[in-house]
Amino acid sequence: MTSSYTISSIREGLLAKKFSAEEIAREALAFAESENPKTNAYLALSPERALAAARAVDAKLAQGEDPGPLAGVPVGVKDVIVTRGLKTTCASKMLENYVPPYDATAVIRLEQAGGVILGKANCDEFAMGSSNENSAFGPVRNPVALDRVPGGSSGGSAAVVAQGTAVVSLGSDTGGSIRQPASFCGVTGVTPTYGRVSRYGLTAFASSLDHIGPFARSVRDAATLLGVIAGRDEMDATSAFTSVPDYAASLTGDVRGLKIGLPREYFDGLASETGDRIHAAVETLRKLGCEIVDIQLPHTPYAIACYYIIATAEASANLARYDGVRYTSRSAAAQTLSEMYRLTREEGFGQEVKRRIMLGTYVLSAGYYDAYYLKAQRVRTLIARDFAQAFEKVDAIVAPVSPFPAFKLGEKVHDPVSMYLSDIYTITGSLAGIPCMSVPCGKTSEGLPVGLQILAKHFDESTMFRVADAYERASN
Amino acid sequence: MKLTEQDVQRVAELANLALTPEEIARMTRDLGGILSHIDKLNELDTSNEEPMAQVLFDAGETATLREDVERTPLTNAEAVANAAVSGGGYYKVPRVIER
Repeated sequence: MTSSYTISSIREGLLAKKFSAEEIAREALAFAESENPKTNAYLALSPERALAAARAVDAKLAQGEDPGPLAGVPVGVKDVIVTRGLKTTCASKMLENYVPPYDATAVIRLEQAGGVILGKANCDEFAMGSSNENSAFGPVRNPVALDRVPGGSSGGSAAVVAQGTAVVSLGSDTGGSIRQPASFCGVTGVTPTYGRVSRYGLTAFASSLDHIGPFARSVRDAATLLGVIAGRDEMDATSAFTSVPDYAASLTGDVRGLKIGLPREYFDGLASETGDRIHAAVETLRKLGCEIVDIQLPHTPYAIACYYIIATAEASANLARYDGVRYTSRSAAAQTLSEMYRLTREEGFGQEVKRRIMLGTYVLSAGYYDAYYLKAQRVRTLIARDFAQAFEKVDAIVAPVSPFPAFKLGEKVHDPVSMYLSDIYTITGSLAGIPCMSVPCGKTSEGLPVGLQILAKHFDESTMFRVADAYERASN
Repeated sequence: MKLTEQDVQRVAELANLALTPEEIARMTRDLGGILSHIDKLNELDTSNEEPMAQVLFDAGETATLREDVERTPLTNAEAVANAAVSGGGYYKVPRVIER
């Protein structure tokens, strides 16, 4: 059953010949066909590609070859990540017909490891949003509560794993777009260190903040998927040379003596049931032998302002390429060159995307660049330093992911500023480029999932996974 | 400094977005709201801080360079396959220079 498989249960079943990869793929595709209309989590399924990948795994098994660490595992891929020959829309009318001529490096690596791509997951348009209500192809509904949002921007990627129409998935995170939907949907989502996973093939939103990362139903599966996609890629100049450790080896279950920081600035303004779940999780970590240390991240109140200047400025530059020339869409009403640019973009982009392009253009424009963009970059130095100083005292940091659980569809669409302010706990980690993740830590009295965020030093995903895994075991 | 509809119109021109009058009005309100939150950054003295353009890691000077060896590029057909309008292996656009 796609909804209960893990990476290792599939592997065991394949090696024991209980089932074939093709059988798993067919079962997963059929399940996705019947269940997807409830949530709209997939924009499109890719049966041909899935079956071809599954058959390749079965062929390897028949030859007695190792089929790879993700053998036969059904995977969903966020539709901002390019897949050669498979439409990649970024949930935008602008790219409604775009078929990429290449695969993202993360896609290549997951397929080489035996992964089976089931389909492209819905998301907020161009990864801009926190609720998956900004898709040009309809919102995604949270599988846990269908009248609520799954979070965003990787709402579809979180939902397919929660709904069971994929075993793992790939999402992207710029300011919290993996962690927040993971917390809203009750699954595990990981934002690796900046540069840990190649961005080659990730449609650029904000190049200094974008990450590709895994969703799964367990820390172990997320760690396994990360191990497959991580590592230096010469196609991405910002991809790090640091070697990739064996993340599974870090899941020892032993966290005795680890110092866990609790940032005092993150605990004001939390909805009370969210706060209760987080405090209960901290107690569990204490009982597991962690030392809980009070820390301060004093520049936290400035993070939203800093992020929304930098991210939108970079987005305005990255989205300038959508001009009616190379990427399929062109306004039918355009007569002149100038109309081609202006009308194509007006018609092709949704409101949130336009809002961010406008803000980004403004803060970079003559007369405002120093006051806004340069200023924000200096504040970013301060935020990064807060974390560096905290990590001199602690091994990991624990925090909420979102001030509240999944809200109702339509509840926040008319208040963009309030939506932005709710990114407060996830944006800081993105600005500093440190690894961070969300693990489920219980539900509210209404049955809505709450996520616990764990953050670690650059390239110390091992400690982050060790804490998350120990907590997961103790809370099951 | 309050954002006016004229400011928004000017920015829309820079961003090549043909916003409708209704969008301009809404954008003026929305951007105005975001910009007043952003003013918070002026509370901080950053005069001695270096700007952080991106997260940087140590590496050798030429670490991200590769050998100057020709590789197989996309074919012309692949490269123009997603063109809005193409012909003869080129992207076609409306006249660029008006006579």
